Amino acid sequence: MEDAGFILGSYFLTFATVALYAWRAVRSGRKVSQQVPDDEKYWL
Amino acid sequence: MITVACLIAAKDLRVERRSKIVTNQVLPFAGITMVSFAFALDKQNVLDTVAPGLVWLATMFSLLVIVQRTFAIETDDGALDAMRVAGVDPRAIFVGKAMALGFQLLVLEAMLFGAAVIFYGESIPSNNAFGSVVLLVTTMLSATCGLAAVGTLYGGLAAGFKGSETLLPLLTLPAVAPVLIGATKAVESAVGTSGAVVSEGWQWVGLLTLFAVAAVVGGALAFGPLIDD
Amino acid sequence: MTTIEPAKAEHDTARQSALPSQRSTATRGTRIIGIVAVVALGWLVAFGLGFSPADRDQDESVRILYVHVPTIWLAYLAFVVTAVSSAMYLFSKKKSLGWDRAAGASAEIGVTFVAVTLAVGAMWGRLTWGVFWQWDARLTTTALLFVTYIGYLAVRRLGGSHEQRAKRSAVLGMIAVVEIPLVHFSVKMWRSLHQEATVANLDGDTKMDGLMLFSLFVGVIAFTLLYVWLMLHRTRSMAMEDLLEERGLDEALAVRRAEAAETATAATSAPPTATMKTGSDS
Repeated sequence: MEDAGFILGSYFLTFATVALYAWRAVRSGRKVSQQVPDDEKYWL
Repeated sequence: MITVACLIAAKDLRVERRSKIVTNQVLPFAGITMVSFAFALDKQNVLDTVAPGLVWLATMFSLLVIVQRTFAIETDDGALDAMRVAGVDPRAIFVGKAMALGFQLLVLEAMLFGAAVIFYGESIPSNNAFGSVVLLVTTMLSATCGLAAVGTLYGGLAAGFKGSETLLPLLTLPAVAPVLIGATKAVESAVGTSGAVVSEGWQWVGLLTLFAVAAVVGGALAFGPLIDD
Repeated sequence: MTTIEPAKAEHDTARQSALPSQRSTATRGTRIIGIVAVVALGWLVAFGLGFSPADRDQDESVRILYVHVPTIWLAYLAFVVTAVSSAMYLFSKKKSLGWDRAAGASAEIGVTFVAVTLAVGAMWGRLTWGVFWQWDARLTTTALLFVTYIGYLAVRRLGGSHEQRAKRSAVLGMIAVVEIPLVHFSVKMWRSLHQEATVANLDGDTKMDGLMLFSLFVGVIAFTLLYVWLMLHRTRSMAMEDLLEERGLDEALAVRRAEAAETATAATSAPPTATMKTGSDS
């Protein structure tokens, strides 16, 4: 089972990258949200 | 439109004739690139095999420098804006600048091919010399059309913005990958690298022509929206 | 394409009463999508690593494909959305910056997914072919696609007005649609040895084991939900970034701090827009 490292690694890499991107997306959203009044937020 | 394009091309070439930037800086740069390749690939038989690709690679690098230059002369004193305000057809600007760029590229390619003959020991095979030369010239012409169109388009896209010098290679090199592939293969056929024959080269000229048509048409259509805002 | 239009979710009343302002890009809609996406990703792990059988030819390494294939499909979808949004921006009468932001957000997510695809694909190649990289048509095209859209994102950050950015990047988004098939065609002429597409071949008969196919299906669902969730968050925060850049940081702050605005607007001395650097590329 020498392949396990690559297989688990590929899953880890995928989820870690996506999680990092998602975290940055949410964080940057939070940062700007605090500076914008609610009536400018079209999605509310 | 053709007249205006020719005027713009003539203007660019006149600027070049007076400033001699391409002659005095880009041609030597291309030359030293060829010499550097020889240092990096330190084997005569390797150089023989890869020479067609190196010629085109050096052309691409020089293309980036020339495009940078050709748009610097437009944006430095707002000439592009002036032409736009004066109501010059953006397609004419595009075609004119691409023509001037293409002409400079052709000179450069001829020089680089000469350098490959001298430094890398390339030669036109004697058994079908006429066919080889025709293939070589056709390849250069069609590849140059594509390169000039893509270069002008992306040069115009990035022109006048901070960071455009570094952005241009990033945009241009992936876009001209088909030219690098096709032109290398076609020249390999023309000079008979590793047993390639002239007849194999024409399919690559087909690819280059297809690319050139797409680049010129697409560029002419896209150039207007890119520069008028 | 429904993802572009904002979901009109209701206020989260509990949060809303506690805070004077909604402090994130989340709504009830995105929270639900997010939770479902996480559950689906958990399923993907369970099916991909656990329940699905090993392949006859590829053995266990086939498990990598359950993340590899969905990510590249979603990346293609993302770039298609970019192209369509770019076209909508360029050709619609009302040049709505919403289309531009949708194109930008989608390209950003697409680039992330392609990066994952390339890295994971290299691992799969190491196990199946014995090497990380092969110069075949599909790999090479994907690598060039990756670089092309990195260039697209760089063009979006060139500066200038939002309209300039929108127009430039929309043109580039459309050019890429012409460029990519040409690149693919030429690289294909150059060489090819990637295994033929198994699921998406046009004959229609899928040659996969049922459980394998289901695992792949779970992966596609999971990453699609993730894509939608990311799109909603990114377009919303990009909209706010644009707004803040337009108004200037000071003024936006002043509006939020109620009606003491008159004194603030008098001092509109070069708002520090540079502080709004997103940096959320990857």
